Amino acid sequence: MSVAYVDAIREAQDHLLREDPRVFLYGQDISHFGGAFKATKGLAEAYPGRVLDSPISEDSMIGMAVGAALEGMRPIVEMQFADFSSIAFNQIVNQAGTHFYRTGVPVPLTVRLPSGGTPGSGPFHSQSMEAIYSHYPGLVVVTPATVADAYHMLIQAVSVDDPVIYCEHKFLYRWLKSSGIEGDGLPLGAARITRPGKHATIVTYSAMVHEAVRAADRMQEEGGWEIEVVDLRTVKPLDMDTVLASVARTGRLLALGEAFPWGGVTAEVVSRVSSEGFHLLDAPPKRFNSRDTPVPYHPKLWAAHRPTPETICLAMRELLSY
Amino acid sequence: MLEARQLETKLASLYKAGKIVGGVYLGKGQEAVSASLGGCLEWGRDIFAPLIRDQGGRSAFGEPIIDCTRTYLGSAEGPMRGRDGNIHRGRPTSGLPAMISHLGASVSVVSGMLLARRIKGELDGVVGATSIGDGGTSTGAFHEGLNAAAVEKLPLVVAVANNQFAYSTPNERQFACDDLLDRARGYGVEGHDVDGTDFLACLRTMAEAVDRARQGRGPQMVVARLLRLSGHGEHDDASYVPETVRSGPYGRDCMDIAAAQMVESGYADETEIESWREAVTDEVQRALATAQREPDPNPWDERWEARSTNLLTVTDP
Ligand SMILES: Cc1ncc(C[n+]2csc(CCOP(=O)(O)OP(=O)(O)O)c2C)c(N)n1
Repeated sequence: MSVAYVDAIREAQDHLLREDPRVFLYGQDISHFGGAFKATKGLAEAYPGRVLDSPISEDSMIGMAVGAALEGMRPIVEMQFADFSSIAFNQIVNQAGTHFYRTGVPVPLTVRLPSGGTPGSGPFHSQSMEAIYSHYPGLVVVTPATVADAYHMLIQAVSVDDPVIYCEHKFLYRWLKSSGIEGDGLPLGAARITRPGKHATIVTYSAMVHEAVRAADRMQEEGGWEIEVVDLRTVKPLDMDTVLASVARTGRLLALGEAFPWGGVTAEVVSRVSSEGFHLLDAPPKRFNSRDTPVPYHPKLWAAHRPTPETICLAMRELLSY
Repeated sequence: MLEARQLETKLASLYKAGKIVGGVYLGKGQEAVSASLGGCLEWGRDIFAPLIRDQGGRSAFGEPIIDCTRTYLGSAEGPMRGRDGNIHRGRPTSGLPAMISHLGASVSVVSGMLLARRIKGELDGVVGATSIGDGGTSTGAFHEGLNAAAVEKLPLVVAVANNQFAYSTPNERQFACDDLLDRARGYGVEGHDVDGTDFLACLRTMAEAVDRARQGRGPQMVVARLLRLSGHGEHDDASYVPETVRSGPYGRDCMDIAAAQMVESGYADETEIESWREAVTDEVQRALATAQREPDPNPWDERWEARSTNLLTVTDP
């Protein structure tokens, strides 16, 4: 049996609805239509009254989820695209994010953000919002890169008492397939060594894990370089133990991400490795992100906007030649 | 109402004496509207998300007065433990959400609470209410929230205190419809208009709106016309409110009107009302004294953690 990334998300929600009466789904076009990406296909029929279409009102969708969480429910909100969560920004960071600290009462809700670029999607259906939400206290931000993680991390996200921003990558939806959803039992906040190596470390997350592995394979073929790839899995909080242990082994760091370059997850990784593990570094740590422009529409521009195996290899050669 | 007025008068003095940091936001002149809404709701069953000028509604709903004094004075024993202040307080697991400052944001939170009760099969006879000002009705959050509540046909009551100004901005710079009730119609929500200075009228209107929501007629919007008889906060002298408006019908003090209505209707006489005032004064004094005696939060003991969970313990359930 082959399971695609988006099917894993659907299966996880099916499992959650079946096992946990506190779970319900709320989002645009998610009931009988099954969602823009079919991540909720068939669930409205299987769980009547628990898969609800919302108006196009992102602010109120999250406000509703906060209220429901206060009443003991475990809402999962589907944003149609991560980009539109900008409308819900206030409710996410100010209502949900502050709640536990202010009141001592946690708000267990999960926001699914269909994130990242795909060819032809353009400036408003391609964004990666993980850095924005990670900046704010009180939120957990996860970025699964594998089919098994898509499944297990969604189930774990819903079990967490805090608001979780679950960034699922649209490029992986149908492209990424696996023989099953069997996981390796890692807890939510732990990073994974996806590919072991010894000459340099690429710390990355979400779809870029796959680009990093491709680049690492090429570097191996071309020059015998053994590049370690660390998949952060959770970007807030960061698993610095795993990151620092990898940098201790390799002495070189490239922090790689698809998001815009100013600040963000890669900046955080480089900054923390520099201050917590400066003595481990044999070369200045590098960052590599997409370009500092809106995400372009045309596939040729899009492909040149984000890191690719070719450009990652260029960055790696620079890092290794220091 | 009496409690709210007396409590807030004391809070204003404490602010002026430098004993309260941040700000003090009064509901002076809006007690009738707020308290009649809170009074129509039942603690333990209903939901009330108060906003900036709702001390009257909070007291009437059943929030202990000590929550107010502790939060204003920053007591470590209060519901917010110094982490948030003044009106930003609540008991979120008892149907009293703690407001954030962002206007309009509570409408959907109350709706979500009601939706949860519906899914759990516990919505029967429950009403959720929230308050907002004329200015707050211009926010996207308000529109989104009310629309979504109407779509779900939730038993939500939104009380709009149209006090003619949002901070300093008069209604003509805030909205262009003739009447805020037009908005209710636009959402398919039942609207109710009331003179917010008239206590008995407020009681009747709120009771009607709350009853209709309870009966399953969907969201209700009450617009009360009045004036806030204070600044936006105690730092503000409200000099932007023209004298003609202050001395007009909206400038009447609902407390005086309520007292007169009680006497007139034979519900209470002057002596009784005076004895209520005294009882309330004592209660307010006690709540302030208690909160003042209590320790401040200690930054060294503070748990500087905005999440409740250690994620590394989270594996598949
Ligand atoms: C979204 C948002 N913008 C701005 C503010 C700052 N602010 C606080 S109260 C206020 C005026 C509110 O006016 P209104 O809603 O009419 O209520 P009133 O103060 O008259 O009771 C403003 C602008 C805020 N709290 N929230």
